[in-house]
Amino acid sequence: MNNETIKKITSQRLFLPIFCLILVLLVNVITTPNFFSISIRDGVLYGYIIDIINRASELVILAIGMTLVVSASAGTDISVGAIMAVSAAVCCNILSGGERAVTEYASPLIVGFLAAIIVGVLIGCFNGFLVAKLNIQPMVATLIMFTAGRGIAQLITDGQITYVRVDSYRLLGASFDGIPIPTPFIVAVVMVAFTALLLSKTALGMYIQSVGINKKASSFIGIKSIFIIFLTYAYCGFCSGLSGLIASSRIYSADANNIGLNMELDAILAVAIGGNSLAGGKFSIAGSVIGAYTIQALTTTLYAMHVSSDQVPVYKAIVVVIIVALQSPGFARWRKSLAKKKSMNITQKEAA
Amino acid sequence: MKNKKQLNQTTFLLMITIVLFFVMYGIGCILFNAQGFSKTQNFLNLFISNAGLIVIGIGMTVVMITGGIDISVGSFVAMGCMMLAWMMEKGNIGAVPAVLIVLVTGIVFGLVQGFLVAYMDIQPFIVTLAGMFFARGMTAIISKDMISITNETFMAWAKLRIYLPFGGYYNKKGVLIQPYIYPTVVIAIVLLIAAFIMLKYTKFGRSIYAIGGNEQSALMLGLNVRRVKLKAYVLDGFLCGVGSILFCLNTLGGFVEQAKGFEMDAIASSVIGGTLLTGGVGNVIGTLFGVLIKATIEAFITFQGTLSSWWTRITIAALLCFFIVLQSILSMMKTKKQ
Repeated sequence: MNNETIKKITSQRLFLPIFCLILVLLVNVITTPNFFSISIRDGVLYGYIIDIINRASELVILAIGMTLVVSASAGTDISVGAIMAVSAAVCCNILSGGERAVTEYASPLIVGFLAAIIVGVLIGCFNGFLVAKLNIQPMVATLIMFTAGRGIAQLITDGQITYVRVDSYRLLGASFDGIPIPTPFIVAVVMVAFTALLLSKTALGMYIQSVGINKKASSFIGIKSIFIIFLTYAYCGFCSGLSGLIASSRIYSADANNIGLNMELDAILAVAIGGNSLAGGKFSIAGSVIGAYTIQALTTTLYAMHVSSDQVPVYKAIVVVIIVALQSPGFARWRKSLAKKKSMNITQKEAA
Repeated sequence: MKNKKQLNQTTFLLMITIVLFFVMYGIGCILFNAQGFSKTQNFLNLFISNAGLIVIGIGMTVVMITGGIDISVGSFVAMGCMMLAWMMEKGNIGAVPAVLIVLVTGIVFGLVQGFLVAYMDIQPFIVTLAGMFFARGMTAIISKDMISITNETFMAWAKLRIYLPFGGYYNKKGVLIQPYIYPTVVIAIVLLIAAFIMLKYTKFGRSIYAIGGNEQSALMLGLNVRRVKLKAYVLDGFLCGVGSILFCLNTLGGFVEQAKGFEMDAIASSVIGGTLLTGGVGNVIGTLFGVLIKATIEAFITFQGTLSSWWTRITIAALLCFFIVLQSILSMMKTKKQ
C-alpha cells in the first residue's frame, strides 16, 4: 500500500470514528479473550458483542435525533433523558390504570405506546417552539424540560415506581419468540434505515444542513428555517419517546429517577465522537451511530474488565478526551506546524 | 446613546429578578408568618445553606460570559468534599493543608479544562462533560462509602458563628437571640464583591465581556483570546475549589452521589440572573439573586411541609421558562426597533 492510498483512507470523514471503535474492540481481544464468542441461550444470541449491540439501541435512537438537532440549530437538546422518563411514566401509568403494580393491562398496549410517543413529540415541539420561534439558545431552552421533566414524571407516577408485570410488555426490551435477535436492536436498525431514507429520498437532509450552516441565507432562498428547526426538535422528541419505551420495557416499569439518566450526555458524546461538529451544519448519521456503539463498547469493555459502575466514568472521560482531542482543530494545527517544521528541516538539509 | 439603551435592557432584567425575589419573599412572610418565615435568621439561612452555590455561580457566570459553559461543577464539588473528608479522616492530614490541596486541585482542574477549550478548540460542553464524568468517577475511586468529617479544626470552622449586632429579638423566656451567620457566608459575599469589581473595572474583566460579545472582533482588537479564556476557566476552577470547601463546611462529609444536579442549579441561577448563554452579557449580582430565588422556593416547600421535593424542580423550571421567554421577547423587540 502506498502513501497515497493511506492518505485517501485517513482523510475519509468516517475514518476516525471507525478507527476509535476498532481500537476499543481491539483492547478487548487482548484483555478478554472470549469477548467475541457468541452463543445461543434460551433461543437468544448471547455474548459481549451482542450485549453491546443490544444495550446501545436506545443511545443509537437518541443519537439520530440529536444529530439532526445539532446540525440544524447548532445546539444540543439536553432534555432527551428527561423526555425518556416522562414517556415511560405516561406509558406505564396508562397501562396500569394508575395502580402501582399490575399483572394485567388496564388499557390496550397500543394506547400506552401511542400516548408515550405523542407525549415525547409534544415535549419536542415545546422545545422546538422555544428554539425556533422564540430564538432561544437550544441548551437554555431544553434546560427547562431537563429541570422539569423528572419532576413531571414523578408527578405522573406519584413519586413511586410503577410496575407492569405483563409478558407482552417486556417484548420490546427483550426478544420475540423464535427470533434470536434482541428487539431493541431491530427497532434501532429500523429507525436508522427510516431516517436515512427520509433524509436521502427527500430534500430534508439538505435543508437541515443548509439551515445549520446559515439560517438567514437559507431563509432568503426560500427554506422555512424556523419550521425545519422546529421539525428536528419534534423528531428528537419522537426518538426520545421511543427510547423511553424501550428502556421502560427492559425493566417492565417506570422509574422516574433512573430511566434515561445521563443519557443526554452520552447522546451528545455519540454525536461528537462520530465526527460531527457541535457547531451545526454538515452531519453524518452513520458517524453518530458509530459513536453510539463506541460509547457502549467502551462501557461494556470496562464492565468486562471488572471496573465498578461508579468508577467507569473516570476511564470514559479519559478516552473521550483523547478521542475528541484527536479530532480537534487544535490538534490539526499542531500536526500541520509539525509537518511544516519537518519539511523545512529537509529543505535546510538539502540546502546544506 | 445606543450603549445606554443596551445597558438599560440588562438592568431591566436584573431589576425584574430582584423585584421577583422580594415579592416571593414577601409572599412567604405573609403565608408562613406564624412559623417564623419573616425572622431575620430565616433570611440569613438562605445565604448559609447556599454559600457554596453562590461562589460556584460566580465562576459559572464568568465562564458563561466568555460564551462557554462548565457542567463539571457538581461533580467537582462531590470530589472536593470527598477529598477533604478522606484527607482529614483517613489520611491524617490537617485541615489547613487539606483545604489548600483542594484549592490547588481546583486550579489544576480549571487549567486542564481551559487548555482543552482555549488551545485545542474543543467545545466547552464536551470538555466539561468529560470533566464531569472524571470528577464523579474519581469520587468513587477515593471512597465508595460515605465519610463523615470529625476533624476538630474543621468542625470548629463549621460551627463558628458570627453574631450580627442588629436584628435580635427576645424569645418567650425573655432571652435575647441574636441572628448569626457562618464564615462561609462572609467568604461568599467577599468573593462576590471582588468578582463584581473585577468584571466591571479591570482589564481582564472587560476582556471577558469583549470575547463573549464577539470573539472575532476581540481578536482583531489585539486581545489574546486564548489566554483570557484559559484564565477564565482557571478562575472558575479556583472558585469551584472554594465552593466545594464551603459546601463541605455545610454538609460535613463526602459521598459519591453528593451535589448531583448542582451544575444545573448554578446554570439556572445565572440564567435567571440575566446571563446569556451566548456570552457577552451577565452580572454576578444577578446570579446572587438567582441563587436566592431558588433558595426561597426551597424554603417555601420546607415551610409548607406537605409538598414533595420535586415541586422545587418544576417551579424552578417554570421560572426559568418565564425568564428565558422574557429575555427573548426583549431582545426581539430590540432588533425590531433597530
